[in-house]
Amino acid sequence: MDSAHPSRGVADRLTGVFWSRPKLLTALLIAPPLLWLGVVYVGSLAALLLQSFYSIDEFSGVVVPEFTLKTYAELLRPSNFDVIVRTVTMAAAVTLASVAVAFPIAFFAARYARGRWKALFYLGVMLPLWSSYLVKVYAWKLILAKEGIVTWAAEGIGAGNVLGAVLAIPVIGGNSLSTSYIGTFLVFVYVWLPYMILPMQAALERVPGSLLEASADLGAGGWRTFRSVILPLALPGIIAGSIFTFSLTLGDYIIPQIIGSSRFFIGQAVYSLQGTAGNIPLAAAFAVVPIVIMLIYLAVARKMGAFDAL
Amino acid sequence: MHSEARPPLALTLGAVLGLLFLHLPILLIFLYAFTTEDRSYQFPPPDLTTKWFGVAWNRADIWPPLYLSLRVAAISSGLALVLGTLCAAAMARARFFGRDTISLLVVLPIALPGIITGMSLRSAFAIADIPFSTWTIVLGHATFCVVIVYNNAVARFRRLGASMLEASADLGANSFQTFRHVILPNLGSALLAGGMLAFALSFDEVIVTTFTAGQQSTLPIWMLNELVRPRQRPVTNVVAIVVFSATFLPILAAYYLTRSGEETAGGGK
Repeated sequence: MDSAHPSRGVADRLTGVFWSRPKLLTALLIAPPLLWLGVVYVGSLAALLLQSFYSIDEFSGVVVPEFTLKTYAELLRPSNFDVIVRTVTMAAAVTLASVAVAFPIAFFAARYARGRWKALFYLGVMLPLWSSYLVKVYAWKLILAKEGIVTWAAEGIGAGNVLGAVLAIPVIGGNSLSTSYIGTFLVFVYVWLPYMILPMQAALERVPGSLLEASADLGAGGWRTFRSVILPLALPGIIAGSIFTFSLTLGDYIIPQIIGSSRFFIGQAVYSLQGTAGNIPLAAAFAVVPIVIMLIYLAVARKMGAFDAL
Repeated sequence: MHSEARPPLALTLGAVLGLLFLHLPILLIFLYAFTTEDRSYQFPPPDLTTKWFGVAWNRADIWPPLYLSLRVAAISSGLALVLGTLCAAAMARARFFGRDTISLLVVLPIALPGIITGMSLRSAFAIADIPFSTWTIVLGHATFCVVIVYNNAVARFRRLGASMLEASADLGANSFQTFRHVILPNLGSALLAGGMLAFALSFDEVIVTTFTAGQQSTLPIWMLNELVRPRQRPVTNVVAIVVFSATFLPILAAYYLTRSGEETAGGGK
């Protein structure tokens, strides 16, 4: 390369070097992002793991930097274990509800929306996905408040006693929707729904129309076609979406703090332990729980071929 | 292929209701910014007024968080632009050892819940004794913004292909001239879209930030405090409208910038 045309300076000579050693340029390009992610992100994850194996001195409240499994054992104490069970239950419920609500939107967008409508559906899902998380949560604070629009609407149509009856259900009910598990659940579904719709729609778009026609030709009704043809083919997309809804619910602490009862979720436990309580080791151990759950979840999802749809 | 088929009524109804469910709640934020009631979330609002916009403008405690958020978002999206583009360029060039690991590493900060990124950084700051500052916030934000720029850039690199770069070299351009005159103009709108999405994401982020900010307040943290201990509730609505616009407009712009390509911005957050 160097001999092909006369050298005009450093830039040309470097070009020659890059040309003869293409790997050098690749290495130079990848080095800064790799260093950043390696040091800042992987380094921090390592710090998290390290902290979780430390413990806190019960009398002085000082972190003891010695390897121990004591902190993880504390997770099994009933009060802490309850937090984990509560969070996982909520994540599972939110995921199932997201699948049910997302399906009509994803199916309609994939099968029937064309041209302008297709774009509208895409924007209709993407804008809520990207718009401010906190603003969305705040909007639900307004909606679910005791004096808010839901109570007003329920009383307006004469269903005030129905709302009262729902809130009177033990455990999931409460003083108002914004201080009950029902409220927390609704907001979780609302906020993570777009994460379910997009991969589901991508999977449904790959289902060939001819298969549905073949199913109808063979005498299957709508429900049978849905159960035996559409659902199995859409499953990788559903699992891909559930990875998001499940993992995001596991780690969230803003939503249950703003809308919900005073009982903790994993995220809230992490936040309060590292802050006011100053127990960073236990906070770190709590933060490792969603990682472990998600690793198991991902391993299962990979087996079911969910990653082809991401 | 299915344009002639009519969707079942139940499906149409489900899809329309689902979309309304996604969009109607946000509108209430706008309505409540005009209510005269500032002690509860009473619906319907007893009366309407525009005075809260003036009140918000004159509240001294809103401006410093706004500046901090703008500064953090600008620095973080700038860093993410450089790191994300470099990473996409390297990945587009060759298949090399550890390629899959790197693409996983780029996605991980956004795939794992924010609390893990936040708590990890918090642990690292505690171990290394790093005091909280604007830069500790930027460290977190830039990390999860890289993937946004990367996703946009890597799709464009794929479309660009190798032939154009070879043609440029054949015509005697060196690597830097090729970058300046061929790669950059082709990448331009994808980078702009990625940069704006990264800006929106950083401006609005609250979970990681609460772990990396210490006593500092970004605008979302200010909002969070108002949510927990409300005073002058409609003022919070005015700020919510500002935050909403600061994220909504870049997203819309990013969509129009990249919609001609097969990979549209924002497909994966």
